[in-house]
This record gives sequence, structure tokens and C-alpha cells, in this order.
Amino acid sequence: MQFMLLFSRQGKLRLQKWYVPLSDKEKKKITRELVQTVLARKPKMCSFLEWRDLKIVYKRYASLYFCCAIEDQDNELITLEIIHRYVELLDKYFGSVCELDIIFNFEKAYFILDEFLLGGEAQETSKKNVLKAIEQADLLQEVSNTGLHPESFVNPSCV
Amino acid sequence: MPAVSKGDGMRGLAVFISDIRNCKSKEAEIKRINKELANIRSKFKGDKALDGYSKKKYVCKLLFIFLLGHDIDFGHMEAVNLLSSNKYTEKQIGYLFISVLVNSNSELIRLINNAIKNDLSSRNPTFMCLALHCIANVGSREMAEAFASEIPRILVAGDTMDSVKQSAALCLLRLYKTSPDLVLMGEWTSRVVHLLNDQHMGVVTAAISLITCLSQKNPDEFKTCVSLAVSRLSRIVSSASTDLQDYTYYFVPAPWLSCKLLRLLQCYPPPEDGAVKGRLVECLETILNKAQEPPKSKKVQHSNAKNAILFEAISLIIHYDSEPNLLVRACNQLGQFLQHRETNLRYLALESMCTLASSEFSHEAVKTHIETVINALKTERDVSVRQRAADLLYAMCDRSNAKQIVAEMLSYLETADYSIREEMVLKVAILAEKYAVDYSWYVDTILNLIRIAGDYVSEEVWYRVIQIVINRDDVQGYAAKTVFEALQAPACHENMVKVGGYILGEFGNLIAGDPRSSPLVQFNLLHSKFHLCSVPTRALLLSAYIKFINLFPETKATIQEVLRCDSQIRNSDVELQQRAVEYLKLSSIASTDVLATVLEEMPPFPERESSILAKLKKKKGPGAVSVTELEDNKREGGELNGGGDRGPDTAAMAASNASTPSPSADLLGIRSAAPVGAPPASTGSLLVDVFSEAGPAAPSAAVNDDGFLSSAPPSEDPAPPLSEADELLNKFVCKNNGVLFENQLLQIGIKSEYRQNLGRMYLFYGNKTSVQFASFTTTVSCPGDLQSHILFVPLCSETKPSNRITQWKAITSSLSP
Repeated sequence: MQFMLLFSRQGKLRLQKWYVPLSDKEKKKITRELVQTVLARKPKMCSFLEWRDLKIVYKRYASLYFCCAIEDQDNELITLEIIHRYVELLDKYFGSVCELDIIFNFEKAYFILDEFLLGGEAQETSKKNVLKAIEQADLLQEVSNTGLHPESFVNPSCV
Repeated sequence: MPAVSKGDGMRGLAVFISDIRNCKSKEAEIKRINKELANIRSKFKGDKALDGYSKKKYVCKLLFIFLLGHDIDFGHMEAVNLLSSNKYTEKQIGYLFISVLVNSNSELIRLINNAIKNDLSSRNPTFMCLALHCIANVGSREMAEAFASEIPRILVAGDTMDSVKQSAALCLLRLYKTSPDLVLMGEWTSRVVHLLNDQHMGVVTAAISLITCLSQKNPDEFKTCVSLAVSRLSRIVSSASTDLQDYTYYFVPAPWLSCKLLRLLQCYPPPEDGAVKGRLVECLETILNKAQEPPKSKKVQHSNAKNAILFEAISLIIHYDSEPNLLVRACNQLGQFLQHRETNLRYLALESMCTLASSEFSHEAVKTHIETVINALKTERDVSVRQRAADLLYAMCDRSNAKQIVAEMLSYLETADYSIREEMVLKVAILAEKYAVDYSWYVDTILNLIRIAGDYVSEEVWYRVIQIVINRDDVQGYAAKTVFEALQAPACHENMVKVGGYILGEFGNLIAGDPRSSPLVQFNLLHSKFHLCSVPTRALLLSAYIKFINLFPETKATIQEVLRCDSQIRNSDVELQQRAVEYLKLSSIASTDVLATVLEEMPPFPERESSILAKLKKKKGPGAVSVTELEDNKREGGELNGGGDRGPDTAAMAASNASTPSPSADLLGIRSAAPVGAPPASTGSLLVDVFSEAGPAAPSAAVNDDGFLSSAPPSEDPAPPLSEADELLNKFVCKNNGVLFENQLLQIGIKSEYRQNLGRMYLFYGNKTSVQFASFTTTVSCPGDLQSHILFVPLCSETKPSNRITQWKAITSSLSP
């Protein structure tokens, strides 16, 4: 995957994850153009389109568009399911996630994404394991808030 | 609400975000942001050291502002400081900031790398993962330099936790993609392959992406992965849906892993080992079988996951291209999808079939679906799906269905999206040429193309139709007639005028017998479009007019009248003016013989690769001809034309050739559109496409049979007769190079260059006999005044060997003002 964008129906960007090195200017340009292209699509159209030399896979969940750019040889259908899995993770974590959750807890959305995808590839496809990792981190933070040194915390097993 | 209470919920941040959302206008938003930025700046600069929580909060606010789209130019130092905190959330925010706002300050980079190093060696898996995520997100060269050797060690070490292995694998992948030279193969590679057998499915999932990428660049190193991948895939495909527990997705076992395994296998040819191959074929058949079974769930996620595996398996079957049975089954499966309810599946089926169409085993099977595809082209509401259908028609086209497919594509073109028209035009042109049995059909198709989508018909396309008409006697009359009729339409596209003008200029005589297309009628028809056309087209028309004068002497007076009028000979465009003036003169002073020779019919073009294919390939991925093939021809052509014992003169001469505006070089108009440096097709050799954009820059001089290095214009143009000395001399009025004198024994040529008041002249002496000249001397007499201005320097006098191109020259320098 080259990048993932989440944006509202008004075109406001809620999350941007870039897996290829690009300048800020290029990122802004791509975002502008792609958001326009996707928002212009009608509801019954298919979830894939060709844009520049990439394939775009997108799906709308309530008021948010999830949009991924993949390379020519990547599998479109499985990317659709990556999007769905990410939404499931957010949903489980926030409890019935909505756009506001992602706005106010944007940093958490990035952390969850990093546990699921890394470098554009699926890292862990078990929903349980990803959520456990996030919870573990939250637990750590709880512990550190109560003054215990994190290194004294026994190594959690993630399996 | 999340399971764990988020005690770190930064209230200040939440308030700030609310404020921003409540701003009624862009100005208000910017104002609020600037206020906050000023606040944060003062807090960072302040004397009181900030505590970790505040730092984290402010850094997070900065991040939020940046993600809104505003520029942030401070805060990096504070973010880096957060990295060394031992509070997890502070570290986390610090890492997030620096991976989003990448900074190239070397001091910061050093500090960041240090922090990462500490976390990597901390033995705390959560911290290690944070560090690895950061490296994977940033992937800079400096990080690669610092960590590219450490990470493989972490990956294969026995005591590394699974979650860390997963992150390490993908982190290494990122580093490899951005700095492949820094990731060196080592003993870790064989152990990485064995991760395919790991009992933790997540580790396998992550490792396989790494292995896939590495094996593309180092196939031998990783080839043991094939059998491991096959066994893994086999185990997954035959597992019940309860076996894999949390790795089962909506009743589909490990779909992501299955797809990745199938992708990995596409990096290698079919396995040689019979057992492995058998197992794999069995796997693929199972996958194909499952597609026919009733679904275990109505949810779209289930069918997407199942079909994702199916499509990837079909890709593998296509890649192998060796199991006819599987290929046909795949084709049938795709055929079913072509009419599926779901648009996504129809789209993917069309896409997949394109690749199937090029396999000899399945090409016929694909063709059976032609009606469905044509129907899709006509009725699909989604333009992306229609485009895929058009692509598939192009791929499945062959002699048996070419006429039908071209007709469908033409009618599609009439209503097609503007963004895809140019590509469609190129494709139709290629198909029409490739499968033309009857060239009048070809001519019709191209003229239709111009009529329907004239704006998108690029130069390559209409050059090509002209090349073909010139080369094929049998279609010339038809072309003239058709073009004549097409031009009669009240509104016709400029490209049509170009083609029409050229063809009538060459072959108008073939239809001149009919009173409806008599010469004057033809001329009036062309001239009626004249004022509507752009300059290059008008230039072409002027050339057509002079050709008419040659073909139809009865039109001479009318045409001369036109050429004589002010709008031509005083035209503000230099090219048009020059042509009008010169053609007018040519028509008045040249004898009919000379005119006929000068305006002789265009000789056939040598066979060459179609530049249309090159253009299509440039626009879009795989084309019908490999690009390397085209490039080889060009390179070869350039070498052959420029090589041999021509010496350095060629380039210099060629350069001055290019700068000399000799009218006879583009007498026939068409070449004015081609790049100036287009090389002539020299006798006997090739295959350099005159109309291609990437042609060799320096034209080589044509070599005529005498073996003399003549600097005359490209050989395709009939050269003016050499008999008249006057004519030879006259041409030097406007040319710097050329043949000065010629008889049975000797040919003398001149090449001169001038710059302001300095000039230099080279004289070349060519021995036309088959015997050697001995004691060959030259004298140059400079009459009168010129004596003082000319410096005569004989360069070298050697006895001239017979029949060879010599480098014998005498240099004269003149200093005449």
C-alpha cells in the first residue's frame, strides 16, 4: 500500500498515513486531487478506480471515506477487507466508533493503525492480538501513572 | 468507551480541538491556531522546565495543527526529548510527531537515532516495537545506515518476542525498499525463510511480505521458500473454519496469509519438484472448487475474502501459463463473474481476463465471451468498468474478430470519457493496422477515427495512415476518393484536412477523371478549408498546391493567383511566407521536367516499427510490443548510420545540416512536423523511425553510391539534377554545403560555416575512379580584393586512395566582413 486517507464527505482529512516518501507539497496535491475524484463517484459505482499509475480502493462508512492507494500487482478485494478490518478495530476500541472519536483521539487512530499495518503491509491479522497489544500499551500507561517504573513490568506475552 | 480508562486524555487538547471545530470561518480558525502556536512557543522557551505531561500535550497539539494542513517549524526538539521519557505515552507521542513531521536536521537525526537505539536494546518488547514502528514509518537513509544490520539480528534471534519479530520483519522490508544497498544478505536470510514455518500466524504474515520483496531481487537466495509456501498454503486451504481460530475471517481461513502466499509463488516459476507441484495444483483446484460451493455467510466480507483468494489464485495460474486445465477453469470462473450482480466482481473479472487473453492456452476460451464484453461496454454505468471492457476487447482481438471489435470500439469512442479517448484512438489505430486484410477497411477506420475523435488523434496515427497509403498502390485510389468525400462534410476536423491535403496532393490524379472530383474541384475543396486551419496545416496545404501545379497544369494559373496574394507572400508566419514565395517562384521558373522531378511521387517508406505502439506503451503499461525491442532498433539504427569510418566530420556536418534551412529538404511538407534532426533512411539500412520522438539527435549524412560524403539533403528527397553547373552554384546562395563540381573523375564538395565576419570553408575532393590519384594538388585562386581577406591553408596532401571516402581537406579562412 502506498498511502491511506480518511476524509469526510466535505473533504476534510481526518487521517493520513503515507507509506512512501513524498514531500509535503506532493502529499497536499495528491490529497486534494484524490479527495475530489473519490467524492465525485456515485453510490452504485464499483469500489476500485485507476488514478495516475495506482489503483484506488475506497469504501464509505457512515460519514467517513476510507481510501487506500495500492500498486498494480496488489489485490483489490483483500485491500477492501483491510479497510473493513481497520474499521472493526476502531469500532471495538472506541465502542461503536464514529467520526468524532477519530477527530478527538486522532493519535489513537494512528497507534491502532500501526499495530495492524506496518510499512503498508498487514502485520497482524488477528483482531484479538491487535487489540491486546493496544490494551497492553494502555495498561503500561496506567502503571506509569501510578508511579511504577515500566521496566519492572513483566514482559507481556503477545501470543 | 475503551476497556481501559484513558487517564491520559489530554483535556487541553480536547478543548483546543473543540475550539477549532467551533470556528465559524477560516480566518477564525487561523486566528485561534496562531494564538495557540504563540502560547506553545512561549511555553517551550520559558525558563520553567515543562513536565512530561505538558510537553506531551503541547507536542500533540502541534501535531494536530500540522495534520490540519498548517506548517509547523518548531517542536522537534521537544518531541525528541519525549523519546527519552520512560513514560510510555510520552514516548509514543514523541515517536508519532517525528514520524509525521520528518526533519532533516542532522543533530536531531543523531538524537533520534540514539533514542531508537536505546529502545531497541531495552529488552522491553513494547518499547522495541515503538522504535521499530518509527523506523518503518520514516525509513530514512540515516536510519537505514544506523540500523540495517541490527534489525535482521533481532528478526531471527531466538529470544525475540513474536510481536517484535512481526514489526522487525516489516521494518526491514521498508528499509530494503528505500535503501536496498544497505540491507546485505547474510546468514539471516535462510532463517528468515524458515519463519514461514513459524507457529504464530502473525509472524508468518509479516515475514512473508519481506520474503516476497527480497526474493524478487535475489531469487536464488530465497528459492527454498517455494516448497514451504506450498505446504503452508495447502494446510490453510484444507483446514476447517474452526482450526485457525482468530485468524479465520468471516468463515474464511487466513485470507490475508493465503493471498500473500499466492503472491509469493508468483515470484517463481512452477515448482520443479513433482510432489510440490502436485500439492500446489491440488490447492488451486480446491480454491476453484470452493468458488462453486454455496457461501457460508451472506456477509459481503465473506465473499470478498473468498474471492480475493480466488483472484490471486487465478493470477498465479495465469503467471504459470502451463496448466491448460486450470487455465480453462479459471477462464470459465471469470466468465461467470462477468455477469455477476456485484460491480466489483465484474470489474475484477474484466481486469483478470485481460491477462488471460494473452495466454495461448486460454485465448480461444476468452474469445467466447466477446458478446458479454461488448454488452458490458455498451451498458455498464460505471466508467471504470466500461474502460476495463474496452481494454479486454483490445486484448482479445485477433484476425477473426478484428472487424467486429474495431467497430464496437469506434462506436464506444463516440460517447467515451475525454480522459480515455487518446488511448482508445491509439488502440483502434493499432488494431486496424495489425489485422487489416483489406486496406481500404483500414483507411476507412482511420478516417472514422479522425471524424469521431479528431482532437485525440495524435500525429503518430495520421502519419501512419499516410505511410501505409504511400506504400500500398492498391489502396491509393480508394484513399483519394474517400478522403475527398470526407472533406466535403461541412465541419471537418483539421486532422482530416491534413490527411486529405497530403493524399490529394500525392494521388489526386487518380480521381481527377471524374468531373465531380476534377482538379479544380479538389483545389477549391482544399482551399475552402484553408482559412480555418492552423499554421502547420496551412503549410501542408501549400505544399499540396504546388503538387497540384505539377499534377494538373490547368490549375497553375488559379493556384499561382492564390500564392501571389498578399495573405500568402506577406504572411506574418515565416514558414508560410517562405513556402508561398518559393513555390510561386518554383512554379514560374522551373521547366516541367524539373518540376516533375522535384515533385515526384513520394517513394515508399521503408518498413519500420510503428511509433504508435511506442506511444501507447508510454501512456500505459504492457503493450503489444516490448519496449526494449523498439529501443534496440533505434539504437542499432543510430549506430549504423553514424558508425563506420566517417570520422568526426559527420557530427559537425550533421549539425550544420540541421541548422541550414534548405527548402528542398522539406519540400513535401510532411517532414516539417517531424523533429529537425530526423535521420534519413540511408540506402540499405534501417529501421529508425523517422517520426519517433526519441530518434537519434544528429542526422547522419546520406551516403550516395559514389561513396562520397555528400551533405545533400536526406536521400528520400529526389536531389536536383547535377548536370548544370549553374544550378550547382546557384544553390549556394542559400546553402552552406553541397556538391560544387562533378565529372567522371572527381567530385568536389564544399562545406562552410560562417559566424559574423568570420568564415571557414572546407573543400572535399572525392575520387570517383577505381584508380589512385597521384600527385594530386589543388590551387585556389582568389581574385582581386578577396586576396587580402582570405587565408588559404592547405591541410594535408596525401595521395588519394581509390574509391574510398577520404578526409582530405584544405581549409580556407576568410575574414570578409
